[in-house]
Amino acid sequence: MTAAGATAPLRRQPLEAKASRVRPARFLLPAYVWLVIAYTIVPIAIMVVYSFNQAPNGRVGFAWQGATTTWYSQVFSLGDLTNAFEHSLELATASSLISLVLGVPLALALARHRFRGTVLVDSVIFIDIAAPSVVVGAALLSFFITLNVDRGLLTILIAHVAFNVAFVTVVVRARAVGLDPAIEKAAADLGAGPWTAFRTVTLPLLLPGIIAGALLAFAMSIDDFIITQFVAGSTLTFPLYVYGAVKTGIPPQVFVMGTLIFAVGVLIAIVNVVMQRRTQL
Amino acid sequence: MSVSLRNRLTPYLLGLPASVYLAIFFVVPLFAVLSVSLETGNYDSGFVLTWNWHEYVSAIQQYHTQFVRSFEYAAISTGLSLVLAYPIAYWIAFHGGRHKSTYLLLILLPFFVSFVIRTLAWEFILSDNGIVLGTLKNWHVLPESLHVLSTPSAVVAGLTYNALPFMALPLYVGLERIDRRLVQAAGDLYARPTSSFLRVIVPLSAPGIFAGFLLVFVTNVGDYVNASILGGPGTTMIGNVIQLQYLDNFDYPMAAALSSLLIAGTLIVIFLYARAFGASQIQEYA
Repeated sequence: MTAAGATAPLRRQPLEAKASRVRPARFLLPAYVWLVIAYTIVPIAIMVVYSFNQAPNGRVGFAWQGATTTWYSQVFSLGDLTNAFEHSLELATASSLISLVLGVPLALALARHRFRGTVLVDSVIFIDIAAPSVVVGAALLSFFITLNVDRGLLTILIAHVAFNVAFVTVVVRARAVGLDPAIEKAAADLGAGPWTAFRTVTLPLLLPGIIAGALLAFAMSIDDFIITQFVAGSTLTFPLYVYGAVKTGIPPQVFVMGTLIFAVGVLIAIVNVVMQRRTQL
Repeated sequence: MSVSLRNRLTPYLLGLPASVYLAIFFVVPLFAVLSVSLETGNYDSGFVLTWNWHEYVSAIQQYHTQFVRSFEYAAISTGLSLVLAYPIAYWIAFHGGRHKSTYLLLILLPFFVSFVIRTLAWEFILSDNGIVLGTLKNWHVLPESLHVLSTPSAVVAGLTYNALPFMALPLYVGLERIDRRLVQAAGDLYARPTSSFLRVIVPLSAPGIFAGFLLVFVTNVGDYVNASILGGPGTTMIGNVIQLQYLDNFDYPMAAALSSLLIAGTLIVIFLYARAFGASQIQEYA
């Protein structure tokens, strides 16, 4: 705040000079923005383009060999890859549901009540979000090794819930903080019991936050590589399969699945933006 | 049960399941690393806790290069992504107009592509005969002898690219929150656009800058995917070593000692941040 204080020297200058000074920024900055957007999109375009590349031996090469849609019709023709993909979908669904069940009540508690332990819970959530994945993965693996737990789908699920709870809590809490507690009180005054008031008043108002939290959790889970690799044992998820295939050669189906995930994700985001705009109007 | 007692118990009952879960599957494991790092033994006959702290000495002796390199790559890529993302976040927040959310979505598009595939796409782009470098070499724009893959530049480029959305989002949130009247006031007091940008907007966006810096730096210090796909033998980061020791060599005490050192290093960064800005700050920007 102090920097915005009165230390700025008063400089009087003619108005035209001021206007001409602004002008180059008017198109230089947008040009730069579009340049970076292009840079952002290049690798995504590569993924989409190579999902149409002909690959005679079933492995994508760096060289372009002509367009085909074969890989889209044969997207589930590789057993291992399809299996890994299914694991990813199952883990993302299960871990986001469990994270909601755990995270939504915690978010409400943090948003509405001051209680002993708030600071501690806050710090744990903070560290959970900020800690590097390799540390979280190493920690969970050490934990499972110490307890002699076999690694597989269950340990991956435990790990995904462990980071998703933090994200769900943060997102839902942000929504819950903005809710007026008087609304729920009004429901109580009108004779609603605490559970009815929650179910018919609070829950619908929280819903956008809950949906956002669930989508974020789903996305974090389906994309997680590092933590998953540590606790997966010999089980494969989609990112683990892709990483393993880097050394042996990438089947084109990988790019097809990546493209499909991308398309669905963008579609959901666009629907979200449109819905938001509609509710604002 | 009386109403007031129930009211007082409510937050604890609501928070209990998640807190217990995080305690067991996040906090306890962090201590499990410490415990494993003090064990001796081998994979076949098992490991026993012997409080052998010498693993830490050899960890530092053998792998200090990788530690230093990780902090170096993370610092460079974080700085680069900050410089790349700031003008965009600024432009969207201040000049995005009605299409703010559309521009934001475009910048965040990489979120919708699997991290490993994104990095893999950069391997395609940077490979000697790939779609971009190969073509430019064919046109004799670039010398035939140019190699990018397996060099530090390739790893830093990958780290920077993957960090961009994570940097842009908190920057945008920080800039979006600035009270426009303050900027207007600077203008009314005859501040030039440049000086009102440097002396009003940039200082006021500091929380967003630090949030982005923390998220990206900490993520990149521990990353090993970029180094493993885009790098070579000379670009190994500490994450690669930890992964190798845990998952291929099964040298758990050494792996755990390295992880503990990394945890200590990042916790120091995180706590310095929390002391300066508060723990809830990062949650608002994450």
